[in-house]
Amino acid sequence: MKSCLLCGVGGQGTVLASRILASAAMEQGWFARTAETIGMAQRGGSVVSHVRFGERVASALIPEGKADVLIAFEPGEGVRNLKYLKRGGTVIVADKAIPPVTASLGKSEYRGGEMVEYLKKHAAKCVIVNPEEAEAVCGTEKALNVALVGAAVSKGGLGLSAEAVERVLTRRIKPAYLEMNQKALRFGMQAEEVNNEDDR
Amino acid sequence: MGNEAIAAGALAAGVRVVSGYPGTPSTEVLETIAKRNPGFVHVEWSVNEKAALEVAAGAAYSGARALVTMKQVGLNVASDPLMSLNYVGVKGGMVVFVADDPGPISSQTEQDTRHFGKFAKIPVFDPSSPEDAYEMIQDAFNWSERCGMPVIFRATTRVCHACASVDIEVPGEGRPVSGFVKSSDFVIFPKLSYENKKKLEAREVLLSDSFSNYKYNAISGNGSVGIACGGVSAAYTAEALEDLEDSFRVFRVATPFPFPEKKAEEFLQGLERVIVFEELDPVIEDALIYLCGKKHINVEILGKRTGTVPNAGELSAVTVRNILAEVCGTAPWPGAEAPDSLPELPVRPPVLCAGCPHRASFYAVKKAMEGKRAVFCGDIGCYTLGNAAPLNMVDTCLCMGAGITVAQGIGHGEPGSVNFGFIGDSTFFASGITGVINAVYNKSDIIAVILDNSTTAMTGHQPHPGIGKTVMGEKAEAISISAVLKAVGVKTVLEVNPLDHEAAVSAVRQAAEQKGVRAIIFRSPCIAKEKSKKRCSVETESCIGCRKCIRELGCPAIFMEAGKAKIDKGLCTGCGLCASVCPKQCMKEVEA
Repeated sequence: MKSCLLCGVGGQGTVLASRILASAAMEQGWFARTAETIGMAQRGGSVVSHVRFGERVASALIPEGKADVLIAFEPGEGVRNLKYLKRGGTVIVADKAIPPVTASLGKSEYRGGEMVEYLKKHAAKCVIVNPEEAEAVCGTEKALNVALVGAAVSKGGLGLSAEAVERVLTRRIKPAYLEMNQKALRFGMQAEEVNNEDDR
Repeated sequence: MGNEAIAAGALAAGVRVVSGYPGTPSTEVLETIAKRNPGFVHVEWSVNEKAALEVAAGAAYSGARALVTMKQVGLNVASDPLMSLNYVGVKGGMVVFVADDPGPISSQTEQDTRHFGKFAKIPVFDPSSPEDAYEMIQDAFNWSERCGMPVIFRATTRVCHACASVDIEVPGEGRPVSGFVKSSDFVIFPKLSYENKKKLEAREVLLSDSFSNYKYNAISGNGSVGIACGGVSAAYTAEALEDLEDSFRVFRVATPFPFPEKKAEEFLQGLERVIVFEELDPVIEDALIYLCGKKHINVEILGKRTGTVPNAGELSAVTVRNILAEVCGTAPWPGAEAPDSLPELPVRPPVLCAGCPHRASFYAVKKAMEGKRAVFCGDIGCYTLGNAAPLNMVDTCLCMGAGITVAQGIGHGEPGSVNFGFIGDSTFFASGITGVINAVYNKSDIIAVILDNSTTAMTGHQPHPGIGKTVMGEKAEAISISAVLKAVGVKTVLEVNPLDHEAAVSAVRQAAEQKGVRAIIFRSPCIAKEKSKKRCSVETESCIGCRKCIRELGCPAIFMEAGKAKIDKGLCTGCGLCASVCPKQCMKEVEA
């Protein structure tokens, strides 16, 4: 069984990303479960999605320390949820910080750089996807979720094939937005990884 | 999604009438039925849960299979008809789907609907996964019809909002409906209730016996320590036991009421102790303690009552595993310890969206009442988020419709302050109108503020009676909020666009100068409903970095960069509220 935790800020498209991963797993003949934050926290709050697939999956929620891959749509949210990552697991991170209103109201400025460094230091493998580059390539900032899925598929060792994801995209995404999402997928798949020698 | 599986199961069971009121995490059941409607199913968002349950009851009286959907606090609203319905009974199978919310994640309370089953003497089904839910909702319809009584189908957030691979059938033709046959059985009277209560008590015993043979009430594994569990806790238990096979005897309870006592006795046979894993209240635990007392069974029952299992919040596979390690000495999972010394993380609570008209409404009231004694009574919806800094505009929040009425009570208790009751458009129809009538009749001194964004936003944009459209997309009579207010005797009804800051502030001042019941309708569509093409941008050279826009509004699109305000173009909707706040007029409307 493989487990992938997605985390970010409400409105970033984590729910669609987790559904794409789960559908791709089902395309490959696995049983899949997901659990997502829906409701009060859907806008601007911290959100988490769990995706698990394999021959058998007992429950949808990933226990702490058992995620093979952590996809962080925002670096601070990645740090917040790092406890879910197993030893030797992979972090996929969008390295652009999103300052919450609470941080803007406070005195100190919230910086994402520190969070990305922390993730690099504490995860065995860290793959960075730059949202600005993704936007430049795809022509929209809205396809960041699919770019992150691409990075997870190529670097996360989840056993998912790019073809399965492409089939899911074709089925789930409106034709007008399909091409930009396909570009995002390919962009994400080429993201480079940083290996950590001393692990955590 | 679990809710979609429940909807598919209801359609497979031949449901004909579906009613409900939106509420997280229950909403998608009714929405899915509307989406997959084979054509002959009547689906409606009712005005509130009480109306919904009564509509479903009427349908079931006529022999149709009926489903009513709501969240747990909605069942409180529907409890009046529910408590009586069982005494009357139903003809067509009727399922009351109620979503509980351990945590709570998006609810006011952590109440446990399983108690309601016991209280109302109505059987309760409790699925532990989406695939179980698909099968069990069909069983629930069959039991209901066979026994002639409504059945509660209780699921929790992690079942409702979890997805799983589920094979479903295409719904058939729908079951034939026999029609309403006049009978005194449908008229509740003390005499009938006395007779029927005796029948209900007898039926409870029979049902408990039948449920002992229900396949989802299952015993598995071996060992001298037992685990009893129900709902999603059964899934957590299964995961926690994956590498501890056969060390425990597990009893999964899928019908917490009537409790399957015979099956439970079989489970308890020869055990030394039992740990009970369940979320919300100790319902299974208490049933086991009761059974042990009744049958003189000497087994130690550990759970919430003994402090072994947490009595608030969600459980998880890790919690189960850790409790087993503590109680039985089994190995805890490695790698679940927190990483060392986390950097300081910002808290990220949910906020009103950038451009949300509620922010503008709250801000207008705040500015108009500056320096005056005023109390702001809030209500249930997105606008509850107006409580957060820097707006701080929700002084009370209790339940649906309570803003308008609590404001009246505060006025009677402490005359002298200006008391506002804020309420959203959908909530106004659900339970605000009676509060306004109460205020007019009892000569209260309040300002009712209706935040009309033309949708039920918090639960995902469902239509309501003010919109002129049904859940099936058909045209309906749009009920005017201002006409309702005037009709019930509110003399001053002001309507204003909250994004016109000056006009909004002056409307509030005008209302504040008067006495009696006044109403302000702030009307502006939800930004998620009507996509704006406008954007605002900061003229960086003019910005003096005073942070007034941030300090006053707390808009998530505005942030500071290198000492100057900046606007995130992806979030901004060009509402222009920041432009009315900026002392240097550096917020300008630009092309998106």
